[in-house]
Amino acid sequence: MTSPAPIVRQDSRIQRFFLRHEWARGYALLSPTLAVMVLAMCLPVFMLAAHSFWTQNYLTIDETFTLANYEQALGWLWGAEGAKPIYIRLLWKSMQISFGVTVTTLILAYPFAYFLAFKVRRNKNLWIILISVPFLTSYLLRVFTWKIILGFNGVINSGLMSLGIISEPLEFLLYNPTAVLIVLAHAWAAFAILPIYVSLEKIDRSLLEAATDLGDGPFRRFWRITWPLSVPGVIASGLLVFIPTVGDYVTPKLVGGTEGIMIGNIIQSQFGKANNWPLGSALSIVMAIAITIVVLIFLYVMSLGRVRAK
Amino acid sequence: MATSDAIIKITSCSKHFGPVRAIDDVSFDIARGEFFSLLGASGCGKTTLLRLLAGFEQPTKGNIFIDGQGMAGVAPNHRPTNMVFQSYAIFPHLDVRRNIGYGLRDAGLSKKELDGKIDQMLELIKLPGFGSRAAHQLSGGQRQRIALARALIKRPKVLLLDEPLGALDKKLREEMQLELRALQRNVGITFVFVTHDQEEALTMSDRIAVISQGKVLQIDTPTSLYESPNCKEVAGFIGTMNFFDGTVKSMEEANAVVDAGPLGDVRTRPFAAKLPASGASITVAIRPEKINLNPSRPSASHNVIEGRMSAAAYLGDRSHYYVAVKGRNAPIAVAAQNVNAARSWLGGQDQPVWLSWREDSVILLDR
Ligand SMILES: Nc1ncnc2c1ncn2[C@@H]1O[C@H](COP(=O)(O)OP(=O)(O)OP(=O)(O)O)[C@@H](O)[C@H]1O
Ligand SMILES: [Mg+2]
Repeated sequence: MTSPAPIVRQDSRIQRFFLRHEWARGYALLSPTLAVMVLAMCLPVFMLAAHSFWTQNYLTIDETFTLANYEQALGWLWGAEGAKPIYIRLLWKSMQISFGVTVTTLILAYPFAYFLAFKVRRNKNLWIILISVPFLTSYLLRVFTWKIILGFNGVINSGLMSLGIISEPLEFLLYNPTAVLIVLAHAWAAFAILPIYVSLEKIDRSLLEAATDLGDGPFRRFWRITWPLSVPGVIASGLLVFIPTVGDYVTPKLVGGTEGIMIGNIIQSQFGKANNWPLGSALSIVMAIAITIVVLIFLYVMSLGRVRAK
Repeated sequence: MATSDAIIKITSCSKHFGPVRAIDDVSFDIARGEFFSLLGASGCGKTTLLRLLAGFEQPTKGNIFIDGQGMAGVAPNHRPTNMVFQSYAIFPHLDVRRNIGYGLRDAGLSKKELDGKIDQMLELIKLPGFGSRAAHQLSGGQRQRIALARALIKRPKVLLLDEPLGALDKKLREEMQLELRALQRNVGITFVFVTHDQEEALTMSDRIAVISQGKVLQIDTPTSLYESPNCKEVAGFIGTMNFFDGTVKSMEEANAVVDAGPLGDVRTRPFAAKLPASGASITVAIRPEKINLNPSRPSASHNVIEGRMSAAAYLGDRSHYYVAVKGRNAPIAVAAQNVNAARSWLGGQDQPVWLSWREDSVILLDR
């Protein structure tokens, strides 16, 4: 007795498994990314979390569980003995500066994105490439350029002096929070333009014509149609700028002076000069959680506003 | 058409986009309270003409008057027109009530009055209770009605509609055609309706302007357009038409006799005006449903020809036949109502049949 030769080639067991389970195919496709994510993101965060519960003993690390680092970072809030207010104050100040940076960036980016979306007809791509030209130079170099512009003998001061408008260099230009704000806003403006541009570009032009047709002038139409429809892009841009700038340490270090120091500088020094990794880790985690809470509150308030508008 | 005065006057209006003449020297009037359609193939300039009326485009040449007022330099938000957009353009961030009430913000109405008006509109478009729906919770037909209500609530002197039924399925479209027509009669507002669907235009309009390549070919009532088109293009665009090339042979008691090649001599109805000259080249046009299909030679002495059945299509209420005649490549189209079942004498392919038509069914057009 001979069985007939199979007409259809039988799939292997592995093939059949993937054929039957869509989730398995999905994860298989994701796996390279997933591996990188786990190694490059989760692992450091896990290490950070672990360190934040340990203690630095000069050159070695004592791995017994302790909350002392958190007490040092946050203890001032509940009046713990020996806890200094500096960390909380710095965190608060960093948030304020970041908020200022975010608002400034959005105010700068929105008109630009609007112009790009509605006024530029030809060569849109060229404009977008031009926006990203500054990114071809290093971040550090751009910060130094600002130092040259704002510095004691910098472009602005020497320019104003040679014009006879001022007799002595202005000292308030550099080494203060305002300088940090200016430099950060410049560095992030291009990132903020794109999400706003996308949300504006997506707006169906017939909606704008419909609003005009129903009696709206240009300003009325902007507030009733264009602005509300671009809010998602503005929120995305805002978060894109706010979240990373809170922890920035390069800019405050280079142009902030003592006044413009931010939480990032303290954290960096814990991992460097001060050599207290556990405290640095605890501060990092406190900062991350604080940012998350602020962002969540912000999104919640926005969603309330959206519901009310309906 | 209705004898009332013109609400829209278009005087030698042109709109050029670079080298494209989207509208090319167009002049006509639209009467107050009229349901006026702009009909034409894709790209002929219908939307452009509507946008000129709405104020989204300014004419390159010529003038537009609405209710006696020149519209040159008048912005869309200051014109007594409102538009229903082809895509409906429902504001996605506003609910139905806010969409409908959008244009009344400056009307100086109290909240109660505004609500009353919106309710009235929801009633009119048969969507009461839909007020709090979000824009994305609506079907195509519902969106179309809301776009209509949003424009109508402003009580414009002229309502402009750009293929408002284009996105709907056939059944809903036919329903909306009747509804829209009834609504227009109710509110008494002048409608300028753009469509590329000739049947839709015939069903709904008081008058139709047939447009081709930016020019208006003919403006007439549906009946006149269908029965006496003024050129080959209109005749071919509205309904189906059989065309034959011919030469005028003689005039007999105000009837023309045309030598139409394979058809032989064709006699036409009496001509009241503009008799074609003898020897003139001319096109003879006959509608398919005006041609009779006979099993044997009818007794008439003229307007008769023999042919062979080349194809037949059964459409339920009517049938289409295609009859080949000697000396002509394209078969002649014949349409017949299926009043009594199907024609029992009709055998099938290649069966000899006789075609005949009345003198007053013949239309003469310039070649
Ligand atoms: N903004 C514009 N720039 C350049 N050409 C245009 C513009 N708008 C329309 N046209 C051209 O003008 C002509 C008429 O366009 P229009 O949109 O009026 O056609 P339509 O009759 O509405 O066609 P459809 O039935 O496809 O909507 C077309 O050839 C089109 O390419
Ligand atoms: Mg169009």
